[in-house]
Parts: sequence; structure tokens; C-alpha cells
Amino acid sequence: MQKDTTSIELISCGKTFKDGTRALEKINLNINGGETIVLLGPSGCGKTTLLRIIAGLEEPDEGGKIIFNKENVTDLQIEKRNVGMVFQSYALFPNMNVKENIGYGLKVRKLDKNKIDDRVSEMLEMMHINDLSLRRIDQLSGGQRQRVALARAIAVRPRVLLLDEPLTALDAILRDRLRVEIDSLLRSLGITAIYVTHDQSEAMALGDRIVVMSDGKISQIGTPRDIYYHPQNEFVADFIGTVNRILGSDIKKLDSLEGKELLFRPEDIEIVEKKYSHLTGVVKASFFLGEKTRLIVNYNAGEQLSLEGRYKKEYVIGSEIHLRFNVDSLIILPN
Amino acid sequence: MKYYDYPKLFVLALPVAIFFVTFFIVPMVQLAIVGASGDSGVSSYFTIVNTPRHFESMLATLLLSIAVTFTALVISTTAGLFLVRNIFPGKEIVLSILTFPLAFPGVVIGFLIIMLAGRQGLIGLVTKALLGEKTVFAYSMLGLFFGYLYFSIPRVILTIMAAAEKLDKSLEEAAKSLGAPPFRIVIDIIIPALKPGLIASGAICFATSMGAFGTAFTLATNIDVLPMTIYTEFTLNANIAGAASLSIVLGLVTWIALFISRSLSGQTIAVSG
Amino acid sequence: MNKKQIFVIQLIFTLLVCSFLIIPVFLSVLAGITQNFFVGIKSGFTLRWVFEVLDLYSGTIYLSLMIAIACLIATLVIGIPAAYVLARIGGRISRFIEETIILPVAVPGLAIALALIIIYGGFRDFRSSWYFILVGHILFTLPFMVRSVLAVLSSTNFKELEEGAASLGASFWTRFFTIVLPNSKPGILAGSLMVFTLSIGEFNLTWMLHTPVTKTLPVGLADSYASMRLEVASAYTLIFFIMIIPLLLGMQILSREKN
Repeated sequence: MQKDTTSIELISCGKTFKDGTRALEKINLNINGGETIVLLGPSGCGKTTLLRIIAGLEEPDEGGKIIFNKENVTDLQIEKRNVGMVFQSYALFPNMNVKENIGYGLKVRKLDKNKIDDRVSEMLEMMHINDLSLRRIDQLSGGQRQRVALARAIAVRPRVLLLDEPLTALDAILRDRLRVEIDSLLRSLGITAIYVTHDQSEAMALGDRIVVMSDGKISQIGTPRDIYYHPQNEFVADFIGTVNRILGSDIKKLDSLEGKELLFRPEDIEIVEKKYSHLTGVVKASFFLGEKTRLIVNYNAGEQLSLEGRYKKEYVIGSEIHLRFNVDSLIILPN
Repeated sequence: MKYYDYPKLFVLALPVAIFFVTFFIVPMVQLAIVGASGDSGVSSYFTIVNTPRHFESMLATLLLSIAVTFTALVISTTAGLFLVRNIFPGKEIVLSILTFPLAFPGVVIGFLIIMLAGRQGLIGLVTKALLGEKTVFAYSMLGLFFGYLYFSIPRVILTIMAAAEKLDKSLEEAAKSLGAPPFRIVIDIIIPALKPGLIASGAICFATSMGAFGTAFTLATNIDVLPMTIYTEFTLNANIAGAASLSIVLGLVTWIALFISRSLSGQTIAVSG
Repeated sequence: MNKKQIFVIQLIFTLLVCSFLIIPVFLSVLAGITQNFFVGIKSGFTLRWVFEVLDLYSGTIYLSLMIAIACLIATLVIGIPAAYVLARIGGRISRFIEETIILPVAVPGLAIALALIIIYGGFRDFRSSWYFILVGHILFTLPFMVRSVLAVLSSTNFKELEEGAASLGASFWTRFFTIVLPNSKPGILAGSLMVFTLSIGEFNLTWMLHTPVTKTLPVGLADSYASMRLEVASAYTLIFFIMIIPLLLGMQILSREKN
């Protein structure tokens, strides 16, 4: 843990809204100082609620506690918590220009004008938006807005940085580029960051650890690799990447797996000669995707699985192929 | 954030609450009580049915308002649709002329009708030149009708135009591609799409006509429309209870009409005529 | 009928409607600056009637302006916070309160005036001051301010803007003054124009609430329509138009900008 970073501890934080909907079950979560945590899950899983509780925009239900570096901040209003927040729609103030937006938090803290100007210039520099400083918000593109929103949140030197689906509103190419930028920004700042997204590739790329959530509960916490290769339950396995299911008894030559349900990723199965085969199937569909090809294969008269690889050969629909598993990467879920 | 702010929101809401309760809620409740304080108690609310003069006045006002509403709807829909669908030089000016009268007070509109159909009015002048006889109708029911029409048309046109601009052009094109003739398109596509706007602006029109005092005050010294009846009951006959009960009834009618309008269009509040 | 013919018929119809609205205005302006309208414009143009009106009724003009300004200030001070509170609490309660605040527009002015007189008519000093009229005007115009500001607030994501400001350390009042107010500006402006225009032209309430010493412009107008010669009444109406047309123009420009 870095010296001046903030660790976060959530103790028994749940959220029931006034109309009775239960957005979040009581959960516990520890976030290390300087770590980037990604809250990942489908919409309605409670990830944004959790972020808003950490921010101070929602209060946890009775009994919940939020600790920043051993300081109990549960009853501290958001404006006193010193968090930086980036909103999905950026929430840039339309009545102010770029500079004024970035300097707002400093002005509210009653810093003197020179200090504000210095810090704002520094932020403009850091985000490469020097030439936008006097623009109105409605004159900015989506990517520029995103940068201003980040600069504004960071300018106040927050204890933690909270990002609520910051890339969702952007198109795919811009999203990829900004993902890289945000990643290097977070690393260089060394700040504790909590990043909410429903996009698994974003989560994989950015998170030191990922918290997968569903139905207001935490499904699994782990590094991206952990989550991908060792999902602990059906939900995580299904939500992250594509997964195939197969019964151990369907696989020849692997008797030890008899009676178990096995999960595997499409890239963890190879097309081999008949003598090495674990499983024989018939090609049902083939999609050439450029860098790889995806095949849909039928086996056992009706069961289906999908595989991906850089096949040079074209497989004709209806042709028979022989498949071999990479046994190490078979996933067996704990019961 | 929410809960911490409640005391401050309360502070912000306090001035309006105090003002409104003191000068509206309390007086209106008192008005309702006074309305029931006449010789016949609560049943004085039914004077509108069993006092022939009040009943006639109510009936006349209702009929007038309904007639104005329908005429205004027909005129405004025709003009409004035309304006939304066509571009021609001077359109901006036409639009301005059609919407300006929106904020003219009822008295002024009454006077404008006098300019048009009064003793020295234009229509009188023209008819005298053509027929040798002066036509003067400003001070009759017909004069009121035109006066009410005057303040209704701008209101309806604005709503219709707003609704017509949102019309999905592709629906019409689809109907055309299926071979529908123009009049069928109007009946099957345009009118149904405009229906909420038509009902909403019709209700506004109706409510405004029911409660119009200024126009009636200038024109209808001899006609008993409801607001004038209330006014004479109060000032000439000093029948405060009667005036109060009639006002409450009138207020209920206009409020219901406007409530319908708002729940359909979600916007627009009428300015009284 | 071909397209062209339909177009021409509709155009003529629309222009007829326009003439119905504009010709009387034109006539009244003309009458206001004609020596003798009965004789016609050949009697010559004059500003005599305008000056006569200014002589007789300038008091009503000042009073109306004063009441309109006071009314505007009052609706700003109590209406903007009301709109903000309604936008913040939202939901059914908010809609119910909004519906109540709108009542003074839905209920005929006559009824409201009657109610005010019945309950406060006994307070002689209040009854005979222009504050009595002011109260009526505030009641009647407040809904327009509240709805105008509310409309702007509901169309911006002001809750998220406020959350953004709060995350940057801004307290409730800082947010109100640096975020909420500046971003409601279009609504405040449109509402202000509306309130001012309506207050200047308000007659229904004012006629009942006024006293011989508190005559507003529309009251004076009604008075002149009943008792003055047509030229004077027209000149008076002309002055009213001159006062109100810039306000109406302003409103049109605002609503066009919005689109």
C-alpha cells in the first residue's frame, strides 16, 4: 500500500430504496489503497448503488459502515468526503466553460485564484486539452467532455476516484483509446479508484481486481485472470466471456471426469486428427471474424458448443471434426 | 445527499407555502363557506338549477363556450396544419400575427370587437356602403362569440402546431404508399395523431370562454353570461352568498376542463380572457 | 383539385384568420391617431388623443408598471425556490402541489377576487392600497414562473449536475446559487417576461380588487371604453400595445431559440 493512498472498507452495506426495492444486499468489501477496483455486472445488479454509497450520494441501510483509512465516513456528506467522481453523462456544468468546470472544486474550497489557475493549467496539460480551456461545454465532443470530467474530478486531489460507466456514452473506437488513457492515468496517479462498468473487456483491461456482482450480491472478487480462468459459479462463468458446458461422460479417454459438468472457453479446444480426439462433432456454422474463426459444432445429436481459433483451413458445414481439450483449462465449478 | 437537504428544501418552500395558504387556500375555503351561508344554506349551490335567471345564464355560457371551442378547433387546425407543412414568404409574420393576441387582456379584445362590429366599426361601414344599412353586432351574443374566438384561436393554433410538428411523416408516407387518398390520410392518420392536442386545446378554449370576464365586461352589458351574472349579483344586488356559490361552481367547471387538458398535453396553462 | 389550388385555398383561409386578428388592432391604432374617426382619415392625423390619455391616465400606467415590477420580484423570490423544491422532491406529491399552485389560473379571476374581498376586504388600509392588487397578481402569475422554471429544470439533468458539484465539495447553498440558478436561466427569463406581460394586462382580478385610487392600466382602459370617445379609447389602447408588444416579441424570440 502506498503511503498517502486511501483504503476503503465497507462493512455490512445494504440498500433498500423507499419504495421497498432492495438494490443491494448487505455486503462487506475491502479495497486497498492505490488499487483500481472494477465493479462489474449487468444493469440492475447493484454496482452503481454500491458506488453511490461509497461516494456518499446514497446512505447505506441501518448498520452499514464505510471506512476510509480507519476514519468512519458513514455520516459524512458527499461534499465533505473528498471523493472525485466521473459520471456516466459527465455532469459538466453547462453554465461554465472548461476552465471554470475544472476549477470549480478548488473555487468551492476557497483556494486563492493563482493556485486555482496553476492547478487548472496543470490538469489541462495532463489531459492534453490546453486549447479547449475557454470552450463552452456544448462545443465539446464526447471524448473531450470525458477528459474534462476526469480533469475536474482529479483537480481537487480526491482521496478516491469514482468512475460510473465513464466510457459507455462513447463510440467503440474512442472507447478503446480512452480506456488506455484512463489506465495509464490511474497507474500514474496511484490513486484508489473504483470503476463501474457492465463491459467485461473494460473490466479486464483496467481492474487490479474485479468485483463481479449480480442481484445485489457479490458473486466473486478476484484478479481478471482469476475471474476468467477460475470462475467460482455459473453466473461469473457465463457473464465473463463465452463458455461451453459439457458432461464428463461425453468425453472419451478422460474417464476421471465421469459424471461432472465441465466448463471451458472456446479457445481452449483444438481441432486434431481422429486418433487424438476427445470428442467428435459436426460443423453446423462457421464465422470468419478476421483474426479468428468461430465454429459452432453439434455433437451427441443436438448438443452444441462453440470454438474459436486461428484456423487456416475452411471447415465446410456438415463436415465431421475431431476435438481435443486442453485438460488444464477445463473448469470444474465448486458445488 | 437527499436526506441532509430536507430542512433546506423546507426553508425554500416556506415563503410560497405561507403566501399561498394565506391568500388563496384560506380565502377560497371561506368563499365556499360563504357560498353556503345564504338563505337556503348548502342547497344554494343548486340555485344554478332552480333560479331560472342563473340557469339560463349557465346554459347560455355553456352553449357559447362549446360553439366557440368547436369553431376555434376547426379554424386553427386548418390554419395550423397549413403553416406547419408549407413554407412561403412572410410565414414568420403570419405566425407572429397568429400568436400575438395570446397575451391581450379580455377588455382589449372586447374593444377590438367594437372596432370591428361596433357602431363605428368596420363591418358597419362596409355594410352601409354596400347595403345602405349598418350592421352592428358587437354587443350581442354574436359579438361575444367573435370576441371569444379572437382569444381562442392563438391558443389552439399553438398547441396544434406543436402537435403537428411531432407528427411522424413516415406514417403518412406509408398510408400513401398503400394507396390512401388525401382525405383518408387526414381522417385515418392526421386527426388521430392530433387528437390529444385537439382535446387539450379544446378544453383550454372551453375553460377560458366559460370564465371570460374582461371581454364580456366590455361587450355584454345586456347579456347574462355567467361571469357577468356573478358580477351583477355581487355589485348591484349585493348577493354575496349567491355570487360566491356561482363562482365556486364556475371555478369547478373550468378547473375540471383544464385538468383534462393538462393531463392530456402535460403543458399549457390558459390565460384568462 | 391539384396541389397548387389546395395550397392557395389554404393560404387564403389562413390569411383571412390573420386579418380577423390584425385588422381590429390596425383600426384601433388608426383611430387613436385620427382627428375624427367618424369622419375618417381625411380629417387628418394627430397625437392629440395620445396626449389627452397621458394627461388623464398616466397614473394608471405608472401603477401598472410598479405593480408588474413588484409582482415580478415577488414571483422570482418565491417562485424559483418553489420550482426547485418541486423538481427535487418529484413524484406524486410534487405533482399534487404543482396542481394546487396552478389553481389560481384555472379558477376564474372573478372568483379569486371575490374570495380575497370576502376575507381581507375588512382590512381597510390593505384593501385600499395597491398591495391588494399585487397579491392578486402574484397569485395569478406565480404558476407561470413556477412552471417555466420547472420545465427547464426537468429538461436538464440538474440532479446529476448537483451531484457532480457536491462531489467536488459544494454545499447545498453553493449548489443552489452556482449550479441550479444559472442553469435555470432560460426558464427564469421566459417566466419573467410572461409574469410581467400578464401583470400589465391583468383585468379580471384587478377590476374587482381596485379602488378609485388604485386604478391600473387595464382598469383605466375599461373605464375609457365605457365613457370616453372612441379616439381616446383607441389612443389609450395604442399606448397599451406599445408597452406590451416588445414583451411579446421577447417571448417569441425566446421560444424560437428554444426550438
